[in-house]
Amino acid sequence: MRLKRALLGLLGVVLLGVAGFFYFTRHPALPAIQPASAASFDRAQVAKGAELALIGNCNSCHTSQDGPAYAGGRPLETPFGTIYATNITPDPDTGIGAWSEAAFRRALREGVRRDGAHLYPAFPYDHFTKVSDDDARGLYAFFMTREPIRAETPANTLPFPWSERPLIAGWKLVFFRPGELKPDPTLSAELNRGAYLVEGLAHCGACHTPRNRLGAERNERYLGGGDIEGWHAPALNANSPAPVAWTRDQLFTYLRNGFVAPHGVAAGPMQAVANNLGLVAEQDVKAIATYIGAMLAPATANRQKNTESLGSAAQVQAPPQTESASASTDGAILYAGACALCHEPTGQHFSAHGIPLRASKVIAMPDARNLAHVVLDGIDPPNASPAAMMPGFAAAFTDGQLTQLLAYLRRTFSDQPPWSQLEDKVREARQSTRGP
Amino acid sequence: MLNINGRAHAVTAEATTPLLYVLRDELGLNGAKYGCGLGQCGACTILLDNRPVLSCITPIAVTQGREITTLEGLGNPDNPGPVQKAFIAEQAAQCGFCIPGMIMRAEGLLRRNPSPSEKEIRSHMSANLCRCGTHMRILAAVRRAAKSARSARSGPPLTQDARR
Repeated sequence: MRLKRALLGLLGVVLLGVAGFFYFTRHPALPAIQPASAASFDRAQVAKGAELALIGNCNSCHTSQDGPAYAGGRPLETPFGTIYATNITPDPDTGIGAWSEAAFRRALREGVRRDGAHLYPAFPYDHFTKVSDDDARGLYAFFMTREPIRAETPANTLPFPWSERPLIAGWKLVFFRPGELKPDPTLSAELNRGAYLVEGLAHCGACHTPRNRLGAERNERYLGGGDIEGWHAPALNANSPAPVAWTRDQLFTYLRNGFVAPHGVAAGPMQAVANNLGLVAEQDVKAIATYIGAMLAPATANRQKNTESLGSAAQVQAPPQTESASASTDGAILYAGACALCHEPTGQHFSAHGIPLRASKVIAMPDARNLAHVVLDGIDPPNASPAAMMPGFAAAFTDGQLTQLLAYLRRTFSDQPPWSQLEDKVREARQSTRGP
Repeated sequence: MLNINGRAHAVTAEATTPLLYVLRDELGLNGAKYGCGLGQCGACTILLDNRPVLSCITPIAVTQGREITTLEGLGNPDNPGPVQKAFIAEQAAQCGFCIPGMIMRAEGLLRRNPSPSEKEIRSHMSANLCRCGTHMRILAAVRRAAKSARSARSGPPLTQDARR
């Protein structure tokens, strides 16, 4: 009897708690405004916002393929279903034209829509919450002065219960820590600036940090490597798989130009980031490079060894000719016939910018998909490095041939163990290939 | 053994040899051109299982048991194929060096997509370079070839089988 009463009491407390939780996590709708004229915004603020929007990589998600900039509609495939990026041009009906600066700032920093509904954390407000008032104002000025585009955002295709936005309140309670990033007085101004950009607007962790089953970044593995659009986003901390140590200057050049020797090219979803960072103030890219360089930590002994051996010509001059001559390995034949021409110093790599594959990031990665994507689709050169292109081999290689080639590259040009389920990874990459 | 334009050819080259070298040096099929030799210009384009491939960076090892189509397989000066006819009609060649590759890339598109949009044509053809700058005529030739194929819809090479 007493137990029953205790249970009933407990149930009541829980119900009250749930009711209270939803009550207190409700957000009011903010009033719609008449869109202000573009001329009413301070031009310096707009210019500042333009750079910030590039650092935030806003165009990558909020622009559909071949669609007008920032008009949304791009599908983001998540493990929970497809979420469509919204129209953030100042169209009053389908965009954010009716949003006040307060509504914009609340969306950015708290993940709440103007009408009070919660936004899915596919919009990385867990990072944007760290953006300062001043920067939020610049971004608002930039977006409100874009050309308004009338473009309805397609409805998300999320199954129940993920379709229920009030549940996001619970997600936020557990995983979301709002608040600006305060500078650390023990660090240099540049490191603080880098931390502010990387952890905030640039939201590097959104791709480079692994996520848990509920889609939240696992902070204990910050920048420990994640997944994005069928690609692996490599670890940017001490677990970096990079076979060659990165210097700060190399990171800077890579982020700004999309290519740096000997590491190679920014491919896949990273290329848009480099294209954007090529257009912003140099000192901000330097700050990001400095911060990421610090996160990468001192190079491991093995990476240091590779770096030194790549520096000395003798080591680089050792193409795996003996294996290919014996013709016992099909992967070696494919390498010799298709890759060596540009990737061996004896070939024409000087004009083709082929990197020595010992230095290749993608061959050393824990996941074979990136290398499969690069071989199948090739590499479109980043804006600032037009020579860094590679033709795709999707029509030339069958899945079986590609699997053999990838296994050969892994075994020959990295110290890493063979990839598991290589055939599956090849098939997976093939499905999303653009074709010839 | 290479299967080229429906005929089997025995070759002596090593498995790593680029297909282009075998076509030109061993078999005298000179339609495919050596441009950059690095897979960047498209002058060496041929079809492998009906898809355009850069033969200068494709070792013959990967072509075993697969169907190779070269420019010579589309027609000859007396009896040019539909895409070749369209390139002649539009006078798409200036120096002409890129044109065999352009024709093969266009052929690869039309076999899989007989009614490409302007955007599809441009994006598909962008892999091949022309240094003379006859791009507008090349594009016109591809549009003409698509149109004539739509109105004809018969005979090689646009058979149902080839279009898969």
